[in-house]
Amino acid sequence: MNSFPALSLLTALPAAGAVLILLFARTTKLARFTALLVSLLALFFVHVLWHHFDSASAAYQYQELHPWIPALNVDYHLGVDGIGLLMLLAAAIVTPIGIAASWHIERRAPLYFALVLLLEACIFGSFTALNFFHWFLYWELSLVPAFFLVRLWGGQRRAAASTQFLVYTMVGSITLLLSFLALFLTTHTWDFAQLAALAQSGQLMPPVTAKLAWARFTPHHLALLLFLGAFLGFAVKVPLVPFHTWLPDAYTEAPTGTTILLTGAMSKMGIYGFLRILVPVFGAEMQSLLKPLLFLAVASIVLSAYAALAQKDLKRIFAYSSINHLGYCLLAIFALVIANPDPTQKYAALSGALLQTLNHAITAATVFWFIALLERRAGGLRSLADFGGLRRIAPVFAGLMGIALFSSLGLPGLNGFPGEFLIFKGVFPLAPRASSFATLGLLLTAIFILTVIQRVFTGPLNPERSTFPDLTRGERLALAPAIALMFALGLFPQIILGVVNPTVVAYVQHLF
Amino acid sequence: MNPLVAHLWLIPVLPMAAAGIIALLPRSKRLPAAGLAIGSLAVSLVLSIAAFAHTLSLPAAQRLEFVNVPWLQFGDKWLRIGWLLDPLTAVMLVMVTFVGLLIFIYSTGYMAEDENFTRFFCFLALFAGAMLAVLIANSLLLLFMAWEIVGLTSYLLIGFWYHNPAAAAAAKKAFLVTRIGDLGLLIGMVWLYAQAGTLLFYDNGLGSIESGPLSHLPAHTAFFGLSAASPIAILIFCGAAGKSGQVPLHVWLPDAMEGPTPVSALIHAATMVAAGVFLMARIYPLMSSTPEASALAAAVTPTAALQLVTWIGAITALFAATIAVAQFDIKRILAYSTVSQLGYMMMGLGVGGPAVGMFHLITHAFFKALLFLGAGSVIHGCSGEQDIRRMGGLRKYMPVTFAAYTAAMLALCGFPLFAGFWSKDGILDAAHAWSPSVIPFWLGTIGALLTAFYMARQMAYVFFGTLRPAAPHHPSHHPAETEQPIAYEDVAEHEPHTHRPHESPAVMTVPLVILATFAVLLGFLGTPAWPWFQAFLNRTDLVAPGFSAFAEPAFLTVMLTSTAVVLIGLFLGWWLYSRNPITHADAPDILDSAAPAAFTFLGHAWYINELYAATLVRLNSTFAVLADILDRFVFGGVVQLVTWASLAVAQFDRLFDTYAINGGFDLGTHTVRLGGWFTTRFQTGRVQTYLRFIAFALIALVLYLLWGATA
Repeated sequence: MNSFPALSLLTALPAAGAVLILLFARTTKLARFTALLVSLLALFFVHVLWHHFDSASAAYQYQELHPWIPALNVDYHLGVDGIGLLMLLAAAIVTPIGIAASWHIERRAPLYFALVLLLEACIFGSFTALNFFHWFLYWELSLVPAFFLVRLWGGQRRAAASTQFLVYTMVGSITLLLSFLALFLTTHTWDFAQLAALAQSGQLMPPVTAKLAWARFTPHHLALLLFLGAFLGFAVKVPLVPFHTWLPDAYTEAPTGTTILLTGAMSKMGIYGFLRILVPVFGAEMQSLLKPLLFLAVASIVLSAYAALAQKDLKRIFAYSSINHLGYCLLAIFALVIANPDPTQKYAALSGALLQTLNHAITAATVFWFIALLERRAGGLRSLADFGGLRRIAPVFAGLMGIALFSSLGLPGLNGFPGEFLIFKGVFPLAPRASSFATLGLLLTAIFILTVIQRVFTGPLNPERSTFPDLTRGERLALAPAIALMFALGLFPQIILGVVNPTVVAYVQHLF
Repeated sequence: MNPLVAHLWLIPVLPMAAAGIIALLPRSKRLPAAGLAIGSLAVSLVLSIAAFAHTLSLPAAQRLEFVNVPWLQFGDKWLRIGWLLDPLTAVMLVMVTFVGLLIFIYSTGYMAEDENFTRFFCFLALFAGAMLAVLIANSLLLLFMAWEIVGLTSYLLIGFWYHNPAAAAAAKKAFLVTRIGDLGLLIGMVWLYAQAGTLLFYDNGLGSIESGPLSHLPAHTAFFGLSAASPIAILIFCGAAGKSGQVPLHVWLPDAMEGPTPVSALIHAATMVAAGVFLMARIYPLMSSTPEASALAAAVTPTAALQLVTWIGAITALFAATIAVAQFDIKRILAYSTVSQLGYMMMGLGVGGPAVGMFHLITHAFFKALLFLGAGSVIHGCSGEQDIRRMGGLRKYMPVTFAAYTAAMLALCGFPLFAGFWSKDGILDAAHAWSPSVIPFWLGTIGALLTAFYMARQMAYVFFGTLRPAAPHHPSHHPAETEQPIAYEDVAEHEPHTHRPHESPAVMTVPLVILATFAVLLGFLGTPAWPWFQAFLNRTDLVAPGFSAFAEPAFLTVMLTSTAVVLIGLFLGWWLYSRNPITHADAPDILDSAAPAAFTFLGHAWYINELYAATLVRLNSTFAVLADILDRFVFGGVVQLVTWASLAVAQFDRLFDTYAINGGFDLGTHTVRLGGWFTTRFQTGRVQTYLRFIAFALIALVLYLLWGATA
């Protein structure tokens, strides 16, 4: 079991990079090159893990298990299955993009890039942890670099945005912690797999509720209360409407490189939490709250798309778009707990949700990257009205950003489509009305994305942008891999699905 | 497996690959770009003809071959996609590659001056590839994917002159309106997947439109007592209606004329818009499937889905024809005509089955492409003019275009013996025999009258009478339609008379002549006397009834009616417009003078756009604002309230701390200090004072003891 501590090293790599930058990188240039190098190394590392992953097995791999605090039954337990590996891949792809999009940051650059790497380390840590204790440490610790990245390098309203982000997420974390403390009272374990096994055999909740036995609460209501505590933590993180109000401000005020990390990697911590913790441990409670949950997922999809339609600021538009895209993931995840003897639809829904998670990371990161480039070229402006007709003088920019935008729209042939199709394929038979309503989100996404293209790239050239430069050779080279990935995953989604499929099967079969 | 069928995927992939390569070429590589696009499509054409020949060589019943390949995996299932070759595909492949190739060649002339020439051929090649993929797809999913890419290229090409805001808006509108239909298609598709367990069309009896899954599909009842097959078919029809411009989703197609004319010819007349009809033909077994119990009744009463298709088609056919009567833009007339003809195809499919609808699709593709290319030649020859009032007498200047256009126009009207005559009569004949209602037949017949009328009107305006040149200051209706609008304006301003209309170069007229030949002859493939096309498409052996078919009373009635109607339409058009042609571009249309209100109403296309803008579009923006308000003030408000509540608690806490706790503590210490101060008063250090206290105390003690003893 404890062979080579690959996952510990993976988490340690960016953390060590951060320390190195803080200690030795005196210049901006050195700091960002080091950061990029470390993040690319991490990507390569994840690629090696992906390559050596036994794609026929659904078991946790690269496991490390060491007792840590015996008195509290805390183990240091690491491992990834297909789901965890996919999340690692998403985070590892997004971080170099975030660093590249932060290339222009000059003020206290060493600290900035060190914090970015630290954030990556925390995210890696949370995706590999199989024990609540240190998973929660990473989960909370990740807020520290994220907070300071927004607070120190953000836009005009950074103070309010960063505080709201921190406090809101913290509230969710506290209720999550309380719920797990309650579970620990009787189970005496922090291990996700053990908790899930208990939940499956139906032996998790009765002792807990019996032990708590608060005055007026029936055991059922008590179990729901514990579920809601944990749920709030993840619902805020992803986020799910109506727990999302921190997001538009945080994404908009954060420096765009950080926004990329927030949407591409950090939001995935919430998705991962839903998959790894909430569904396995609280599946029965989710099932009893199915209708409201589906309702919230559809509300996330439709309302956020409508809200995006009303925005003028490019970052705000895609902040809402992010909620919309992850709403499809949550719709699929909630559909997993619907009682249905035929697992086929759930296979499709879960596969779709996983694809969508990875694709959203790639696409949203790339779109925000383009927004960062637009913003830089327009002197910090990023309202729809600040552009217009750019395609004439920046055709390559328009073409490549157009590809990223159409990927976000879910055009077949690009990466957005297979995930969304599998989600609808799986969810429709399980929840026909919810998924039919959710298709409205696809239309609305098309409306605001085409509006962005229309206002930014077509029509007469905005005279204030008459010197807007096209992409430089370096920028083209940097963007090319992301664009290539969109085509590759759109045409051959099997490269991902082939690896996660055994996990998907095992996961669905262990539901109830 | 025939190697041709095994490699059928090359037909769409070649143009797509060409598009990919052209995309990477710099703007200046014009010749290689056009060469790649035309070359790849030419190879596809050869392959398509070979595939067609191969299909012909097989016995009728075996004319269905397919290859399925796994694409992705979920759980224990593989999602397979694949391609197929059947008569429907073979016919469409040849039509699309052939018409496409002619239009590609024509475009090298038409777009010769455009600065984005290479980009244009990139998009055209991508379109051709995607369209061909729609045709060979053996899976509704693959068809849908290609269908969406076709939609993308349509978007890119309508907005090709993107600096013109009208073109950019039209492109967006086209994409969004068709996407509304595509949502229905998506839901229908996942529903079909759930019910049939596969999206493959053919899979050795297990395909979604084969007898196995289909026979148990209707057994699932969805709602209102309908079997699941009906709502699925209707949802899929939504997608087809969007793509094929059927009412009420027709609004994008006329606006799509903002694109370059070859695009209008290829995409918005001949091929893409017909994809909806093709899709209906492809899933016809699903459209017509009924529960076995009522199979007998089904022979008499068509399914709900087919009835809907028929009604929508018939309404569209007449509705769009009425609008075409009152248009002045040469391309808009043709656009509404296309909408109308697509309605006929849908109606034909609904009343007579795929062969009837598809026959009109094929003939229409040729003559409508010809009409558009002819219109393009006219526009090209008139330096970008599109308003038919500012043309006139062009037959003298552009004889080849005029001849070709006349052939196409007669074919469109359904003039006896021209291609459109046979295909349209097939539709009207089937509509006449349609059991639920005879109204679609009459809608179609009146539509045919209007078709003849508006085409006669257009011919009179454009080719007859005398030239009515534009006023010198007249801004071109579509400045972008000429390559260099500024140069055009210069010409118009300085030398309006030296720039006479002229015949287009051979690279443009030769495709016209080739298409004209087909517009005349193609109908003979499917006459009632020799219905080869119908038999081929239905995969049955041809049983030619010979000329006796014409003698059938029902058929004879329909044929005579439609011929009479066409002649009346043509005569009316000639009588109203050619006897006294207008001499000034600004003179009112004769119908406008006769019935201005009706003419304006039709000219504004029944105000449907305005209606949508006032209702759906406004509703949508209202929802967006509401969602924003909900976000800012309701969800955000709750967070704000919680924040304020927390702050209030904190404030209260601070006050309590300051006044109650700190204050109480302060008060306590203050009292102690006061007490201390008070007692220090007594600590004077003087003996007299202490002795005085002792004396007082002694007296008090004595008094107490005295009273205490007595009490």
